[in-house]
Amino acid sequence: MSNTMKTLAVAGAVAAALVGQTTTASAQAKEKCYGVSLAGQNDCAAGPGTTCAGTSTVDYQGNAWTLVDAGTCAEIDLPDGRIGSLEALDRDLPS
Amino acid sequence: MLDATPRYDRLPNAPGVGYKPQHFAQILDDPGPVEWLEIHAENYMGEGGRPLAQLRALSERFAISVHGVGLSIGGEGPLDPDHLARLKKLVGWLKPASFSEHLAWSTHGAEFLNDLLPLPYTNATLTRVAAHIDQVQQVVGRQMLLENPSSYLAFAESTWSETDFLAEIAHRTGCGLLLDVNNVFVSATNLGYSPQGYIDAYPLDKVGEIHLGGHDEDQDDHGAPLLIDSHGRAVVDPVWALLDHTLDRSGPRPTLVEWDTDVPDWPVLATEAARAATALTRIAA
Amino acid sequence: MTVSQSAFRSALLDGAEPVPDGLIDGLKRPAGRRYNVYRNNVAVSLTEALREGFPVVTKLLGQQNMDGLAGLFLRAHPPQSPLMMFYGASFPAFVAQMPQLQHLGYLGDVARLELALRSSYHAADTAPIDPATLGSLTPKALMAARLTLAPAVRHLRSIWPVHSLWRFNTEPGAPKPKPQAEDVVILRPEFDPMPHLLPAGGGAFIDALRTGATLGAAHDAALAETPQFDLTPVLALLIDGGAICALN
Repeated sequence: MSNTMKTLAVAGAVAAALVGQTTTASAQAKEKCYGVSLAGQNDCAAGPGTTCAGTSTVDYQGNAWTLVDAGTCAEIDLPDGRIGSLEALDRDLPS
Repeated sequence: MLDATPRYDRLPNAPGVGYKPQHFAQILDDPGPVEWLEIHAENYMGEGGRPLAQLRALSERFAISVHGVGLSIGGEGPLDPDHLARLKKLVGWLKPASFSEHLAWSTHGAEFLNDLLPLPYTNATLTRVAAHIDQVQQVVGRQMLLENPSSYLAFAESTWSETDFLAEIAHRTGCGLLLDVNNVFVSATNLGYSPQGYIDAYPLDKVGEIHLGGHDEDQDDHGAPLLIDSHGRAVVDPVWALLDHTLDRSGPRPTLVEWDTDVPDWPVLATEAARAATALTRIAA
Repeated sequence: MTVSQSAFRSALLDGAEPVPDGLIDGLKRPAGRRYNVYRNNVAVSLTEALREGFPVVTKLLGQQNMDGLAGLFLRAHPPQSPLMMFYGASFPAFVAQMPQLQHLGYLGDVARLELALRSSYHAADTAPIDPATLGSLTPKALMAARLTLAPAVRHLRSIWPVHSLWRFNTEPGAPKPKPQAEDVVILRPEFDPMPHLLPAGGGAFIDALRTGATLGAAHDAALAETPQFDLTPVLALLIDGGAICALN
């Protein structure tokens, strides 16, 4: 592509992109994804008391951790030589 | 752009609530008896976006209390200068009606442990905490209030009672106090002393704000009750009674309801605030 | 008997370590499980922060797996700042190197996307330029123009279908991800960050803009990577999302 053609292509793309622009204005109150707004809030509340995961004496060395249940990754099949299934989870655990 | 015109130079002797973003529209629409709001400072230390926009809008309608939860005033190490600078910036533009922090530590070395960890009440702690409060008040440029903790255990090395310790800190630094009545009830139950006795020994003339909140119940190794300051439910009757006991002696004070976990719909929180309003009205009558 | 904060800290994240001596109950007996309240506060609050900060990773893994992973991460990487809204910056890299997760190669990039959404949410506000300003430039001036992107704009490039994975786990009825590389731009027209799939070459185009390339040079960079690169939809996306805040 010549420089002139490139210039015309960019100018044309800008003109086309400017067609049909919508104006966006949302109130401060309208929250489209609470997930983000509530993630990582500091507070001064105390947690669940004396019993639960925090007191576990489980070895928190990485190699002791194993996958136990399955999330949506089990429904997803993305071949890269491997498959996101439970069989694959087992196969990949270090022995 | 970051600048708020303060309408309030002090908190009113009225009910407030801990602000939760999910209540934004309803608080503006129907605040009920709520006249002021408290925010946790750290949640408004981003560069922009909705949190700061909401805070700016709320500060036009309500007195705001900035309540820090991450400064680690009781830490053995020096205060984090970056965090101090962030507090100074927030308090600088918002010009809140009140600024408070906790008698606790949460930072160790470079690590922030995200909990209000306990302190032994010794001369060494007193000297250190007083120096840190001096530094905070100097950098932030205003008086701060210091809040009493919820205690789940004590330190064998402590030589001061908590009430004497707080009174001495306030005396040395000129800081005010934030009296969390639920924390008093929780600590008194957990450590086996009288909550009324604590209030009677407490320097009530230094109190700039009162906190109320809900707690959960657990047990220690001996089956003794161990209350947990969960902020996840309504304030219980004995804590309301302790509030009455306090207000009878202190006179009316800005009184806040905290609800941080399992946050209810706005009307439920407003009902709690209404109960605080009743307690305050009783004093005025 | 004094309990230093180092001693208090050391048992905090290690349930196998004994409760420090010198911590007592109201009757001066050893504190015992009372100390666990603090252990739980730290571990559970940090686990919840990670769960809330990475909801799609949580959904992909299942909550039990996520909680275990969070337990490992929070011990290896406790927060370095009191601002919990930014906790987990090193989580994507941590996820990507976990031997047990190597078969889910995309997890690290999904975590990167979620981290970028959070950082966009808290980024500084800016007013976008009036799009008409772009239209008023001559073609030659357009080629030499430098576009400054708003502070809330984030973009990431992935060899995985990272946008499709995000949609599949956040949008009811969204299609299953297909095996393909995807570039994503996060736009925050006012306060709500949204990830958008970039057309082929869009990632290279924004990479170039970010390094200060002119519009013409950025277009060239995108063409070099993707010969069929179409500038129009990318620009329309940026303009509509209020992503351009200065033009020089």
